[in-house]
Amino acid sequence: MTTATAGADLRARQDKGRQAAQNREKWAQVRTYISAAVILVWCLAPAYWMVVTAFREVGFTYDTTPWPTHVTMDNFITAFDTSFGNKFGQALLNSIFIGVTVTVISLVIGVFAAYALARLNFRFKYLVLGFILGASMFPGVALITPLFQLFTNIGWMGTYQALIIPNISFVLPLTVYTLTSFFREMPWELEESARVDGCTQGQAFRRVIMPLAAPAIFTTAILAFISSWNEFLIASQLSNEATKPVTVAIASFAGAQPNQIPYTAIMAAGTIVTIPLVILVLVFQRKIVAGLTAGAVK
Amino acid sequence: MKTRFLLPAATAGILALSLTACGGGGGGGGTTGGGSDAGANLDSRGPITYVQGKDNSNVVRPLIEKWNAAHPDEKVTFKEQTDQADQQHDDLVQNFQAKNADYDVASVDVVWTAEFAAKGWLQPLKDNMAVDTKGMLEPTVEAGSYKGTLYAAPVSSDGGILYYRKDLVPEAPKTWDEMMGMCSIAKQNNIACYAGQFKQYEGLTVNASEAINSAGGSVLNSDGKPNLNTPEAEEGLNNLVEAFKNGNIPAEAITYQEEESRRAFQEGKLLFLRNWPYVYNLATTEGSSQVKDKLGMAALPGKSGPGASSLGGHSAAISVYSDHKATALDFVKFLVEEEQQKFFATQGSLAPVFGALYEDQELVAKLPYLPVLKTSIENAVPRPVTPFYPAVTQAIQENAYAALKGEKPAKDALSDMQKSIETAGAGS
Amino acid sequence: MATELGPTPVKQPASGGTDLHHAPKGVGEDNRILSQGKWASWLLAPTIIALGIVIVYPIISAIVMSFQKDAGLDPVTGLFTEGGPAGIQNYVNWLGQQCAAQGGGTVACPPGTLGGQFWTATGTTFLFTVVTVAFETVLGFWMAMIMARTFKGRGLVRAAVLVPWAIPTAVTAQLWLFMFDFNGIINKLFNVSILWTGSEWPAKWAVIIADTWKTTPFMALLILAGLQMIPAEVYEAAKVDGATAWQRFRLITLPLVKPALMVAILFRTLDALRMFDLPYILTGGANNTTTLSILVINQIRQGFNSAAALSTITFIIIFLVAFIFVRFLGANVVEQSGASGKGKK
Repeated sequence: MTTATAGADLRARQDKGRQAAQNREKWAQVRTYISAAVILVWCLAPAYWMVVTAFREVGFTYDTTPWPTHVTMDNFITAFDTSFGNKFGQALLNSIFIGVTVTVISLVIGVFAAYALARLNFRFKYLVLGFILGASMFPGVALITPLFQLFTNIGWMGTYQALIIPNISFVLPLTVYTLTSFFREMPWELEESARVDGCTQGQAFRRVIMPLAAPAIFTTAILAFISSWNEFLIASQLSNEATKPVTVAIASFAGAQPNQIPYTAIMAAGTIVTIPLVILVLVFQRKIVAGLTAGAVK
Repeated sequence: MKTRFLLPAATAGILALSLTACGGGGGGGGTTGGGSDAGANLDSRGPITYVQGKDNSNVVRPLIEKWNAAHPDEKVTFKEQTDQADQQHDDLVQNFQAKNADYDVASVDVVWTAEFAAKGWLQPLKDNMAVDTKGMLEPTVEAGSYKGTLYAAPVSSDGGILYYRKDLVPEAPKTWDEMMGMCSIAKQNNIACYAGQFKQYEGLTVNASEAINSAGGSVLNSDGKPNLNTPEAEEGLNNLVEAFKNGNIPAEAITYQEEESRRAFQEGKLLFLRNWPYVYNLATTEGSSQVKDKLGMAALPGKSGPGASSLGGHSAAISVYSDHKATALDFVKFLVEEEQQKFFATQGSLAPVFGALYEDQELVAKLPYLPVLKTSIENAVPRPVTPFYPAVTQAIQENAYAALKGEKPAKDALSDMQKSIETAGAGS
Repeated sequence: MATELGPTPVKQPASGGTDLHHAPKGVGEDNRILSQGKWASWLLAPTIIALGIVIVYPIISAIVMSFQKDAGLDPVTGLFTEGGPAGIQNYVNWLGQQCAAQGGGTVACPPGTLGGQFWTATGTTFLFTVVTVAFETVLGFWMAMIMARTFKGRGLVRAAVLVPWAIPTAVTAQLWLFMFDFNGIINKLFNVSILWTGSEWPAKWAVIIADTWKTTPFMALLILAGLQMIPAEVYEAAKVDGATAWQRFRLITLPLVKPALMVAILFRTLDALRMFDLPYILTGGANNTTTLSILVINQIRQGFNSAAALSTITFIIIFLVAFIFVRFLGANVVEQSGASGKGKK
């Protein structure tokens, strides 16, 4: 056996191996696309039905033709119609305002708390952790009456802060826990080295750790925003005409007749509040995450 | 670690004990009858707020505008609640509990009156605060009263109507047995025979009470005590149970609320339907309706004549915490005036509370179901008038549902209902 | 008064000296912990205060109320009167499913009372929790793994996954009620005639399906964030070492994602144990779909003090579940679990 043939043999085997690897790769790609398609169908099919119903004439609400029929824009017009006292547009703004405020405040104080829990040694750490988690254990429906009385006593009924503060408390435990668990996994040696390079601890945290934690912080922000966006129980009792968020506005949609459930208008409202939210998240995801990560390279 | 984790609980416990002294336990549900509140501010006038659920067809706003134009110093502000009865109830409870002076006049569902009155939240409408109920249909006044005193002035009423297919049934059935006899017609036409609302929710209380009352039974006796272990009650509930069993009521009716049953009827899948007056408008006008010209209406069938409908509707009540009760009373009187009643009927399809209006030519032309509805309301029995209504309706719903599904015989279901209602009133 | 409760647990013996830069190093472990403690109490104070006002105050007022009797009816005036102190009777009644009897004392709650539903509701709540959280974890993990890959249209998938969660629950519940209608799209599409809301197991499945659909994105997003924090080099190294896909998943992905995963599961469990809107709107609690939270709100309408006792019991049940989680399943965010990220290079 000559070395030449041995070399050719080896090459052939390597080729084969490479081809097998390529095939595997291709197959993996195909599987990814199939999985992605399944995810799309699972997540979007009910939402599709919401949108189809949103575009149906009220008289054909219960039509089950799987594609759009009796198409109309009336439901969207109804949703924004203010003549019967619906203030859906105003409610939309309220929800955005409340959601953004809740997200920003709970992230800021959540980052503080998570930093302390993940990085600092202090007594009572488990006490604090248990306390924070304990806030997520009481049935939300039982919080309404005490809060109602508390806010009535201090004259906060119907104010924005009466809606914002409870929401902050609802999202804080999750925010703190998520951020703490991510902060634990951070390569904090980088922070140390940044400080060696002359950064203060604060700078080191901002320039080095924050960008690394961007995906986690961003995810937490989405979770916080959406959960405040979805909150209904508290808002339904503590808000008034001027401050009510969309969830409450949607619940006050009514049919033209008593007992009639305005499914089409509800679905139109659902469509209106969902689609911009998803687009917003998409844009922000690109911008913010990209921005923060870029900061890290500097 | 174990002990450390448990510490918060211990802390909370200690804090709880130390806080008891601060009396943090507001909202305890109990009240002291509101004796002093009920006597206050009777002659006081000024701006007030009117609280009501969603104003479906824009009736309340124009009326309030009309009032405000005539009373510039005693303006009424409209506080609109959501469209859900449960949420309206809870909202009123929260505000009354907090003694909120901003809820001057509230629209109260007929089934809440007794509860709110017994909590001492509603101003008794007697003596100087009396509202004239002459000419009002008797059951509506009864539904606004508690222990013989009027607490809420009837504003709108509602009763069940039997819708039928007049193209298939020559004459509406007068009794339940007659109607069941006509189910062969449904079979011939390959449609279902009868449906009401049988999902486990408030609508089932309405339908089950109607069945029991129509057969001559009653849920509560005149003392407010349960009265369900009677052959009449059993016959009534059994009518429904049997109909489910033999298919005269289609199996899917166990999932029906008002809208599902209306839809089945409108699609031409039902011969008879028990529902509220609102169906008339939709069934005769909606594009998808298959029964536009085939719609007949009659009083609910009973044992030997018209059945006993459950009463719906709303009344206007004045909060004992109101600062301007004289204005509030004037506004309540304004709401029940004939002119406003007519407006409610024409604009909002709400049934008036004055018997005379049901014969008003103009109204009947617009709402052809009025004569039938009058019979229905005249024979109506208010749903159990009791301060424990939430517990009573729970007892009826859960047990009637089990009976309709064939999980227990009607007799046992009624005896369980009886026992459940007894425990509700037995506390303390 | 409520605000004062907040910082108490972290209050440190001494005050002042909040500047971290000058944290004395090497002065001795005890001192260092103390100074970090001061710093920590400042960082934690806002969180504790926020939770103190909105959560602790109501919990305490509920506990106080739970030892009071519900208002009873004065037979003469027909008005409700304060019930007075109840001791632990409210708790005994719930746990023993006892209801007040006519003429005093208690009897076993008959069917049709809320008191008779306690243990069924507890069972239902646990069933919903275990099944939905299991589904959501598996589905969510799978979705996250797919979304973490690079492929065309990844942005679209990420957006799509958000949709179910972004639709407000008030709308979601109506949407599913609408679709699960007997004549609705689901029965039509699959050509079946199931009474979704009219019998026990279909009703339970309806709730489970709707909840899984709605909250899987929550899991998927949290797990995805965890996946994104695993450096790609770790995988490369493993590949070079010839690890199979399964080995890479079991030995790298799973341990590294575990902290995030555990937080996600923990919070989903706490939420699921308090599940309310979906079953309330879908089934109204019929057919054994009454959860503890539904029972609480129904009881609030019948008597607040008894409802406060039930809320407290629910709180204790959830606390025990959380405790087991943290203690035995390692859902511990501050203690390093054996194989986690640090020092793995």
